[in-house]
Amino acid sequence: MIRVENLSVRLPGFALDGVSFRVAPGEFFTILGPTGAGKTLILESIAGMVPIDGGRIRIDGRDVTELPPERRGIGIVYQDHALFPHLSVSRNIRYGLRYRAKAAEGDDRLQHLVERLGLKPLLNRGVSHLSGGERQRVALARALVVAPKILLLDEPLSALDPNFREEIRDLLKSLHRETGITVLMVTHDFAEAHFLAARTAVIIAGRIEQVGSVAEVFNRPVSPAVAAFVGMKNIFEARFEGDTARTGPLTMALARSVPPGSRFVAVRPEDVQLDADAPGAANNHFAGQVTRLDHQGVFCEVRVSCEGMVWQTIVPTGRLMQQGLSEGDTVRLHVPPGKIHVM
Amino acid sequence: MRRLDPFHAVAAACTLLVVAFIVVPLVEMIRQPTAADLKASILDADVRRAIWLSISTSGSAALISFIFGTPFAYLLARRDFPGKRLVESIVDLPIMIPHPVIGIAILSLAGRQHWIGRLAADLGVRVMGSVTGIVIVLTFVGLPFYINTVKNGIEAIPQRLENVSRSLGATAFGTFWRVTFPLAWRSVVVGMILCTARAVSEFGAVVIVAYHPMIAPVMIYERFTAYGLRYSQPVAVWLIGVCLVLFFLLRWLNPPAGRTRA
Repeated sequence: MIRVENLSVRLPGFALDGVSFRVAPGEFFTILGPTGAGKTLILESIAGMVPIDGGRIRIDGRDVTELPPERRGIGIVYQDHALFPHLSVSRNIRYGLRYRAKAAEGDDRLQHLVERLGLKPLLNRGVSHLSGGERQRVALARALVVAPKILLLDEPLSALDPNFREEIRDLLKSLHRETGITVLMVTHDFAEAHFLAARTAVIIAGRIEQVGSVAEVFNRPVSPAVAAFVGMKNIFEARFEGDTARTGPLTMALARSVPPGSRFVAVRPEDVQLDADAPGAANNHFAGQVTRLDHQGVFCEVRVSCEGMVWQTIVPTGRLMQQGLSEGDTVRLHVPPGKIHVM
Repeated sequence: MRRLDPFHAVAAACTLLVVAFIVVPLVEMIRQPTAADLKASILDADVRRAIWLSISTSGSAALISFIFGTPFAYLLARRDFPGKRLVESIVDLPIMIPHPVIGIAILSLAGRQHWIGRLAADLGVRVMGSVTGIVIVLTFVGLPFYINTVKNGIEAIPQRLENVSRSLGATAFGTFWRVTFPLAWRSVVVGMILCTARAVSEFGAVVIVAYHPMIAPVMIYERFTAYGLRYSQPVAVWLIGVCLVLFFLLRWLNPPAGRTRA
């Protein structure tokens, strides 16, 4: 279990401020945030590698705030793997074994991990010519062989080629299931968090914006910054009257009345429907012009300007071609009331 | 053939000029003494003693720099502390101070009029005109080269490697010993060679602290003033030979970037 209370770290030009969250025993927890939000700094604070300016860190109930890194029982795997370049694969993996009392257990674990991660053929090689996926597996074995209480993963998938990324992602998931170890991973990729973790904390510019289940953060972001981060690309400031929202020139019907203090509406692009030939002026249908088409392979991002408000939506490329849609065309947008998120 | 860019032509001309500027005087000095002069010179016990004294005192300076300079270089490379810039400038001072001034500064500490000098004298340590004095002076001038080289070497090692080592259970010292030092080893060796080379070439500070026992540069100077060019050249050639060996050792251990062995 990890408990971070009111952590603050001040660096020149950047600060972590009042960061608090809790990771349950055996949980796979992610810290999600854009590059430069302070994610790695949180990991390194937990691991004891940076001096902190305030707050407490507890691991399995024990206050480790004042302990040096080697006495915290933490494994860490970095994005760039951080393998020791002067040591062979085998020596890299064995590096921490001498500091753990029970040698026999360590050897058993080593055997198991080498087998499990398919490292046997690599053991006597140097680390400089390994592929990204191989390096990451070595780094994982090296961290896990000393049986840490918690495993910290710093963007473990970001530096990998797409084919290795999937391999390591699946591996992380199954390793977590098999070992039951508490994992704290930081990433900027929501899809990774979605695949691996049950709960997540979203950090933006050194502050935790939201903590909750991945589904909760995905569906009910608490702020425009989080909404933008989880892919709600249509975010507008709004005034609310009963169960309608007025944003600029548009009035939208909502599915339910809004909690007091709400200031924004947000809609995912995939929830905005493009009905070129929809009938009538039913609720939440807006006429607009296509201003931009961005082809993304199977899908196409379409921007539609409705009385000066630009909406983003996603259309399957096939349908787009069928309809022969192009920039400048007049279309009708439909924003289903049930899909409008209010915050 | 592609036309030579004028800027590249100027650069090439400058390169040639500089190389000639360095090589021609040295080649002339090596060429002028006869084989007989060289032989006679190396058969002279005084010359051999002086060259050996130069190498051994310079080597000692490098060893002292290694012992005290390595942890210091680590601190400079890895930690930020108030006044770090100042400390770094202080380390560079010996490079900038005129050499005789260094000798005078050390002497002003070593004499009876200063408590450190008195303490040293009571302990039976003589600085003026002794090997100890020479080593002190050479360490003074050589240390900055060692510290700066090793500092740069350690800075080039990703700190994440040390972080991982700590997380795996190694103490700060264990991490230094098993990760930082092996990875910085090349810069440590290069630093010691640079320090030795700098110390071998020192004259101005040594001649003030210890004219005797005579190191090679002092002997070359003495022979030049007493007997002239012909008598100083052979000793100089032998000393240059030593410096060249050091130089090639340096190049061999520190190949230019891009050709490093994997």
